Amino acid sequence: MTEQQTQSAWQHLLDVRNLETQFHTEDGVVHAVNRISYTMNEGDTLGVVGESGCGKSVHALSIMRLIPNPPGKITGGEVFFRGKDLLQLTDDEMRRVRGAEIAMIFQDPMTSLNPVLTVGFQIMEALKLHQGMDEKVARARAEELLVLVGIPEARQRLDDYPHQFSGGMRQRAMIAMGLSCNPGLLIADEPTTALDVTIQAQIVDLVKRLQEKIGMAVIWITHDLGVVAGMARRVNVMYAGSIIESGPVKEIYANPHHPYTVGLLGSLPGARRDRTKRLYSIKGEPPDLVGELKGCPFAPRCAFRVERCAFEAPVLEEIDSQHIAACWEKANVRRVQ
Amino acid sequence: MTIAAPATPQTDSREVVLRVENLKKYFPIHRGVFQTHVGDVKAVDGISFTVHRGETLGLVGESGCGKTTAGRTIIRLYEPTAGRVDFLGTDMATLKGEGLRHIRQKMQMIFQDPYASLNPRMSVLRIVGEPLEVFHIAAGEERKERVAQLLELVGLNPDFMRRYPHEFSGGQRQRIGLARSLALNPDLIICDEPISALDVSIQAQVVNLLEDLQEKLGLTYVFIAHDLSMVRHISNRVAVMYLGKIMELTDRDTLYSNPQHPYTQALLSAVPVPDPVIEEKRQRIILEGDLPSPAHPPKGCNFNTRCPKAFDTCFDVDPDIVQIAPGHFCACHLVKGQA
Repeated sequence: MTEQQTQSAWQHLLDVRNLETQFHTEDGVVHAVNRISYTMNEGDTLGVVGESGCGKSVHALSIMRLIPNPPGKITGGEVFFRGKDLLQLTDDEMRRVRGAEIAMIFQDPMTSLNPVLTVGFQIMEALKLHQGMDEKVARARAEELLVLVGIPEARQRLDDYPHQFSGGMRQRAMIAMGLSCNPGLLIADEPTTALDVTIQAQIVDLVKRLQEKIGMAVIWITHDLGVVAGMARRVNVMYAGSIIESGPVKEIYANPHHPYTVGLLGSLPGARRDRTKRLYSIKGEPPDLVGELKGCPFAPRCAFRVERCAFEAPVLEEIDSQHIAACWEKANVRRVQ
Repeated sequence: MTIAAPATPQTDSREVVLRVENLKKYFPIHRGVFQTHVGDVKAVDGISFTVHRGETLGLVGESGCGKTTAGRTIIRLYEPTAGRVDFLGTDMATLKGEGLRHIRQKMQMIFQDPYASLNPRMSVLRIVGEPLEVFHIAAGEERKERVAQLLELVGLNPDFMRRYPHEFSGGQRQRIGLARSLALNPDLIICDEPISALDVSIQAQVVNLLEDLQEKLGLTYVFIAHDLSMVRHISNRVAVMYLGKIMELTDRDTLYSNPQHPYTQALLSAVPVPDPVIEEKRQRIILEGDLPSPAHPPKGCNFNTRCPKAFDTCFDVDPDIVQIAPGHFCACHLVKGQA
């Protein structure tokens, strides 16, 4: 890997520009990701939040170029990682990026591990492939990695199969695999959603510590606004395939400007002091993403809707130099009480 | 929601709807050619609590702690291994046949997975109307009318009653399940993780609906969940379970402001707070390791393998659950019971 090159050869670690992904289904074209743009620096932590179907996972799979084609297709945009456009790479070149430079961990650690291969074999696979290690060196490194992610008796555990690990341990093994080649970016797609809170706390703590140690950047995709609050430096809020608000984590939580962000934060119990009050709930349900959306995708559920929202989609505009939101009425949006 | 004063057994004069006493549910493990009985999975291992009319009791814990088994054993979907379940003055645990069928009208359950709990081949009319038919309460036009009322009650358009489950979203399906459970005017509803499969904005809708219905119909809930912040919002009292046992049981505010059991403390500390300013300053208690298997619980206190405060006694003697303040129960050697 190219640690010397961090200076000025490119401005950002990751620079996503107008990324657009669509799925062709029987019902029509699903606009899963609609021209999203953002940048990330080395060592940064970005939280991506949104509800199911908002395109947060598809956006990550698009960066990794893991969208199944057909039915899916990246239909536009650029993804610059360390200065090179990932969408222009050949399949072979991309294979060398995956795992080595960008690693990804998934929600369900059971289905993302191969049940008939030992955990050790699966960790060593990447080391042998990307770093040309021989069996012995790779095994030693795999053991080191399991120790790093806090699995006790690592040497014996290398020969275990995934079913012999608990859910938390499997996710640790996945992280070990992700870290095996010192990636510059780790994309974590709902890595703790399937886990219990005490195990979730372990995993969050682990990733934070590893980040400090290794200095990699992390994209943490989740629907849990609590995890993001403790984890991320910046947050992208996604709705119906678009980023609708983005900014530093403290700013987003203290001073949200998009009605959807306001609603999401308001619907959390415990976000309010007075717990006897009703929860704020956003009316209705997320839109169907089949076909072209007209106007603001959130308009049908929005409490701040004006006439214009129905036919004219708002664009992301600055609230200050760090904070952007896509809403025509953002000057009038207030936190719900 | 109307919040009555924190309900404690001494001060609460309301009628006891449900009294669970030393309830156990073991699943036997059989091995070998002769299927010899080699042990038990102690899913629920002696839990006791009461629920008063109009109250919501939260039952929280991590996966595998036995909270769902407890709910299912109370409603007799499972045969209890031991213990009593007094529901409206009748012991549910020993009832059989017609008696059990009769009393089940008054105790209903809603389930976690809104996709699996509705029959995909039945229309909403049949799903919601089935209980009315089974108990010969209403038929024909009358049943249709009643179903329409129920759908309206849970915030669904009665015109949808000819539709099938796949035409509804997760939140709407959960409403259909709720309408069905309300069809027989139950006193008690056991809600088994009713919102964990739903999106955040939809969760709030369903929780608000549950609270409105409670107020309107005087329902009593046992609310089983792993989401501690939602339980905090909806419950009057909360029981924390770990490996088949209740570790701590008290009113909601005391539990969250002054937890006594080391497990409750760790559990609460693990819950992320949606506020970056608080998160920055928080010190977490990170528990080591995983939940032990309920087939081989550790000797002594069930929590001793992960407890940061465990000492000698904890590895020998299983602590009894004792009352440490009025209405506050805790099972830990470190807290003293009231004389």
